Amino acid sequence: MAALTPISRKPMSLVLPTVAAAGGFFGLFIGTSNGSGILGVLIGALMAVIGAALYIFVLKNEKLGKWLTIALYGALGFLFGGLAAAIVGLLYGWFIQWFSYWLYEGRYRARLLPYLTPGQVLWHYAFRVICGAIFTFLITPILVVMPLSFNEQDFFTFTPEMLRLDPAGYSLKHYQDFFTNNEWQRSFKNSLIIAPIATIISVSLGTLAAIGLSQSHVPGRRAIMAIMISPMIVPLIISATGMFFFYSDIGHWLEGTLGMNKTFVGYVKVVLAHAVLGIPFVIITVTATLVGFDRSLTRAAANMGANPVTTFFRVQMPLILPGVISGGLFAFITSFDEVVVVLFVGSASQKTLPWQMFTGLREQISPTILAVATILVGISILLLATVELLRRRSERLRGMSPT
Amino acid sequence: MKTKLTALAVTTALVAPAAMAQEMTIVSWGGAYTASQKNAYHDPYTAKTGVTIINDDSSAEGISKLRAMKEANNLTWDLVDLEAADAMRACDEGLAIEVDHDELLAAAPDGTSASDDFGDMIVSDCFIPQIVFSTTFGYRTDLLPEGKEAPAGACQAFDLENYPGKRGLNKRPIANMEWALLCDGVAYEDVYDALETAEGQARAFAKLDTIKDETIWWSSAAEAIQLLADGEVFMSSTYNGRLFSAIVEQEQPIGMAWDWQMFDLDGWVIPAGLSDERLAQVKDYVFFATDTQRLADQAAYISYGPARASSAPLVGKHATLGIDMGPHMPTDPNNAENTFVNNYEWWADNRDDLDAKFQAWLAK
Repeated sequence: MAALTPISRKPMSLVLPTVAAAGGFFGLFIGTSNGSGILGVLIGALMAVIGAALYIFVLKNEKLGKWLTIALYGALGFLFGGLAAAIVGLLYGWFIQWFSYWLYEGRYRARLLPYLTPGQVLWHYAFRVICGAIFTFLITPILVVMPLSFNEQDFFTFTPEMLRLDPAGYSLKHYQDFFTNNEWQRSFKNSLIIAPIATIISVSLGTLAAIGLSQSHVPGRRAIMAIMISPMIVPLIISATGMFFFYSDIGHWLEGTLGMNKTFVGYVKVVLAHAVLGIPFVIITVTATLVGFDRSLTRAAANMGANPVTTFFRVQMPLILPGVISGGLFAFITSFDEVVVVLFVGSASQKTLPWQMFTGLREQISPTILAVATILVGISILLLATVELLRRRSERLRGMSPT
Repeated sequence: MKTKLTALAVTTALVAPAAMAQEMTIVSWGGAYTASQKNAYHDPYTAKTGVTIINDDSSAEGISKLRAMKEANNLTWDLVDLEAADAMRACDEGLAIEVDHDELLAAAPDGTSASDDFGDMIVSDCFIPQIVFSTTFGYRTDLLPEGKEAPAGACQAFDLENYPGKRGLNKRPIANMEWALLCDGVAYEDVYDALETAEGQARAFAKLDTIKDETIWWSSAAEAIQLLADGEVFMSSTYNGRLFSAIVEQEQPIGMAWDWQMFDLDGWVIPAGLSDERLAQVKDYVFFATDTQRLADQAAYISYGPARASSAPLVGKHATLGIDMGPHMPTDPNNAENTFVNNYEWWADNRDDLDAKFQAWLAK
């Protein structure tokens, strides 16, 4: 993008305090992790100010300043904390040098509209910083888990070897444990059995319910709707307690009267319980897509001789499919992530992945849990990306542009 | 699509019964402990009989889950590993069945009957003893203040002056109350009498108050080990087998502080309400898993003492590391000057009451 606004150099009274603030902010983290936050702030601010003054008054050569700063901070990091700290130092050196020039040369105005007041410029960047901070806040807990899952030790600890990026501190043994340990494999298999079946049930029932409830002639449909989505609102532990007793009786009947196998009945109970939890998500998403569905299409189909079932599958279903799929995804993830209900309703033969992770966390804090978490995050990303790609593809095929 | 699904469901329904016929759910404590049972009992039993054993690591809430299962008449467990005091409560409430130890369990190789071989360990008619374990302290060797001797045991946990730093303690009264009184100068014989009185309880809480601000409370053994491994606490109470595993197998810089370790028993109870077929299966397993050799085998994986007198001479070396297990056993006389035995009966009677007082004290 070309520059919108001519830029000019800024006074030191703006540049130096701002650079000092940035340096101090960074120093705060380094200082806190080394025992004294205040000292870190002071040193960070001082170094940043000296650096900026040097670029502006002594060096006057941006390229040279950049490499010198990067080398200096990298070397400092390496001296104090080894390889990992050196990388942090290199990145910070690059940033603080860029930031100093960005401010001093007034480059921050270059791409903004010329008539913006200083306050608006400040807000423009503050807004981006806030968004970045929120993003960091959301993503960091997930990212922290990933390096820990390659821990060579059996604890949730960043060992000194890991911090030095020493290959001896890393290992794949927790992944190996997940793929070879019977308990993990059994629970993974259980999750893969229970979640898809529960999803299919929730999607079928939820879609039908949503279509029924969107007809204006259904009496008391608001009340019915409220009851149907109540599993989402009632605290899970309460539903779980209720389900425990309810499904115990159903289980007795299935085992005693129908003579079904105990393990099979166990699966049926968990699948049904999870389907109940998934239905509200399907109802809500499908109801939302039905709002945009043109009812005259069904009348047109009927007019041409299609019976209601054909109309549903050939006309209505393809149009509300995005809502059905996203409802299905929510239902799948609800079942796949669910631990409370399965702890109550299931027995150990139906132990799902979250259950295994829960007991693993409580009884045996082992990084295998983190390895599993990392794999699951990977699967979720792949799943969501695939669904999004499919959605765009189908919209392209139907001649609609992605919105 | 639809027919395929129906076909799939029908096949599952038909195939399932045949494939799942022989299965047992055994409840235990997880971690290194379940692993030792798997190695010493489950795997050989599966190899011998073909019965699949499913581990449910829920012993921590064993009593409450047994109660819920009884309420709902939906028993999914076949065998439960409980501490002695919990086993007594389960017995009193009718959650576990009483057994005839001589009839159910194998005699020692020299012909001694099971009840003589287990001796005093049989603390309840429902309880089938398995191991002797101790709750004791571990400390970070690298956080030891310079010039100080290594802490000997529980009383150093109350000594913030010489051993500054955070402590890890179990979030329940058992052991903590006794240690508080013992380290406050109460004689061992008088501890439980004192705990019975309001003054004694107040004295114990007053002693615990002195370290309350420095204490991190754990509720599962794995947490205590994690706290020690992180160096987040200087010393923490936990089970000696878990400490052994962290020190010897995981090579953590942790030392044992054995003094005033608390002995306790752990063993099996058979839940009440099993069908005849499942009960026969469980009895067969228990007979196998509690014989002299099997109990000694478990000690090759974790440093808990076998509950049978006849197993003790068979305790040998660690299964993979090849070190002698004897010196790591809580019962080794070189380890601790003072020990005490958890008064299971007293706790079985007073647990609910003191639990409530302890939680109230914690919340203050």
